[in-house]
Amino acid sequence: MNSGASFGQYFEGNSFIHRLDPRIKLTASIIYIVVIFLAKSLFSFALILAVTLGLMLSTGIPFGRFIRGLRPILFIMAFTAIINIFWYTGDTLLVDFYFIEIYLEGIINAVLIALRIIFLIAGTSVLLTYTTTPLALTDGLESLLSPLKYIKVPVHDFAMMMTIALRFIPTLTEETTKIMNAQKARGADFTSGSFIKRAKSLIPILIPLLVSAFRRAEELADAMECRCYTGGAGRTRMNVLRTKLADYIFLFSIITLGAAVVILNMYVPGIALGI
Amino acid sequence: MTDENKGTPIVSLKNINFAYPGDEDTPPVPVLHDLSLDVHEGEFVAVLGHNGSGKSTLAKLICMVLSPDSGSVIVQGKDLCGDEITEKDIYAARRDIGLVFQNPDNQLVATIVEEDVAFGCENLGIPSKEIRIRVDEALAAVGMSDYARSTVYKLSGGQKQRVAIAGALAMKRRLIVFDESTAMLDPSGRREVMKAVERLNKEDGVTVIFITHYMNEAAMADRVVVMDRGRIVMDGSPRDVFTNVSELREIGLDVPQTTELLYMLKCDGYDVSLDAITVDECTNELKRLTGKFELNG
Repeated sequence: MNSGASFGQYFEGNSFIHRLDPRIKLTASIIYIVVIFLAKSLFSFALILAVTLGLMLSTGIPFGRFIRGLRPILFIMAFTAIINIFWYTGDTLLVDFYFIEIYLEGIINAVLIALRIIFLIAGTSVLLTYTTTPLALTDGLESLLSPLKYIKVPVHDFAMMMTIALRFIPTLTEETTKIMNAQKARGADFTSGSFIKRAKSLIPILIPLLVSAFRRAEELADAMECRCYTGGAGRTRMNVLRTKLADYIFLFSIITLGAAVVILNMYVPGIALGI
Repeated sequence: MTDENKGTPIVSLKNINFAYPGDEDTPPVPVLHDLSLDVHEGEFVAVLGHNGSGKSTLAKLICMVLSPDSGSVIVQGKDLCGDEITEKDIYAARRDIGLVFQNPDNQLVATIVEEDVAFGCENLGIPSKEIRIRVDEALAAVGMSDYARSTVYKLSGGQKQRVAIAGALAMKRRLIVFDESTAMLDPSGRREVMKAVERLNKEDGVTVIFITHYMNEAAMADRVVVMDRGRIVMDGSPRDVFTNVSELREIGLDVPQTTELLYMLKCDGYDVSLDAITVDECTNELKRLTGKFELNG
C-alpha cells in the first residue's frame, strides 16, 4: 500500500527536478502549458519535444512509467483525433467518398492535438505529480495563493484541510480493509451480483467508516486545540520554502523556452502548420 | 513531604462537579462529584480507576477541553473558571499543559514525523530556527531521531505515542497528562512509552499525570490517586495505596502481581509485608520468607 507521503504517483528520487521549490514547479507548469498551446511551427514542436524528453530523462524515473501514465488518456486522444480528421475542412482534399471528406489539414491538426495532449500530461507529470510529494504541493499552493488572504479567502484553512486529508488517507484505507474483513467474516459478499447489488453491499462498510471518521475528527480537533492550534494567524513554520539560485535558473529556462516558441512561430512561417 | 513546602500547585482542582449534558430522552450523566486534587511541580501522579470512574473527564478538565459545572480549575495560581476568563487566558494556560490521548492515530496532524512534532511550536509562533532545534531535541529525548523524516503511518503504536510525547516536549510543557496513552499498545509499545515518560519526569522535570488501568504502570509513579464513581477514594504513595488490597478489590481494581502474590501468602497466614511493589522488592521478601523456612525446617 502507498504510504501517506508517497500517495498518488510520487516517485521517490533526488534529481534536480525533485529538489526544486514546489512554487517554482507550479509556476513553471503553468508557463509550460501556455507554451504548448502557443506552439505553431514544426520547429516549436521539435523544441518542446526535446525539452520535455530532457526533463523526463533528468528525473531518473523509468521511461515506462510515463508511457503507462499516458494510457488513461488514450481514449480522449483517439476521440479528439478522429473528430479532427473527419470534421476539419481545409484546402487540400485527400479523400472524397460520398459524405466523408478528409483534408490534409485535418490530419495534421489531429496529430498536433494528440501531441499537445501528450506533452501536457508528460510535462505536468515530470514537473508535478511524479517529482513532488502531495505535501510539498500543498505547501507550495498555500504559499502561491497567500495573496488571496487579503480578499478573505481562507487559504491556510484549505491547506490545513488538505494536509489532514493526506495524513488520514492511509489510516482510513486501513480501516476500510478492517471493516470489509469484519463484514466478510459475517458472510457479506462484495464481489458477486449485479452492479446495484454490489453497490448496496457497500453500505454496511460506508456507515461504520463514516461514523468512525467523525469520531476521529472530533478527537483530532481536541488534540489540535490542546496543541494550541488557533488557525493560521500568528503561526510560523519549521520548514520555510526557500527559492535557491537553481530555482530561478530553471524558471528562467522555461520562460526562454516560451520566448523561443513565440519567435519560431513568427520568423519561421515557411514551415508553420496551418493552424 | 507535606503540601506546605512544595509551593503553589501547578494544577489545582477545587470541588469540581461535572455532568455530561443529556438531551430530551436522557438525563444528564453526572461524572465527577465534588472532586478536589492538587498536583505539584515535578510530581509523577498515576490516576487509577475502572471504566466510567471519570478519569478521562478529569484529563479533559485539566486541559480545559471541558469546563466544570461548578468548582474551579486553577492552573499555576490562575483560576480558569472565574468570570473574567477569556479564550486568551485558557489558550495561555494551555501552553504549559499537554495532553497525550489514548488513540495514537487520532492526535497526529502531519504526515511526516518531524513536521508533526513541530506542529505545536508552529502554533505558538516560535521562529523557524528555534523550532528546528527543539524538534531535534524532543525527538532525541524519546529516541525517535532516526525516524524524523518517516511517515507517521508506517510507525508502530508505541512509536506514534512517542512522537506525540515529543510534540508535547518540543512545546516545553511543564505538565503532560496521559489519558490512557498505553491502553491501545502491545506490551513492548507500553514499555517504550513508560520509559519515555519516566525519562521526561526524572530528567526534564516535567510534571506527569498518568491515567491508566495497568497496575504495574501506576506502581512506577510517586503518587497514586484512585478514583471510583467520580470521587477520589485513595491518594498516596504506591506503597500506601497497594497495601489496601481488599479495598481496591472492592472497587473492582487489581493490584500489581507482586502485591497480589504477597497478599495471597498473607491470607494463607504467612508473615509477609505487602509493601513490596517492584519485582526486586518482592523477590527479596520471598527470599526472606523462604530463608525463614529453611532455618525453621
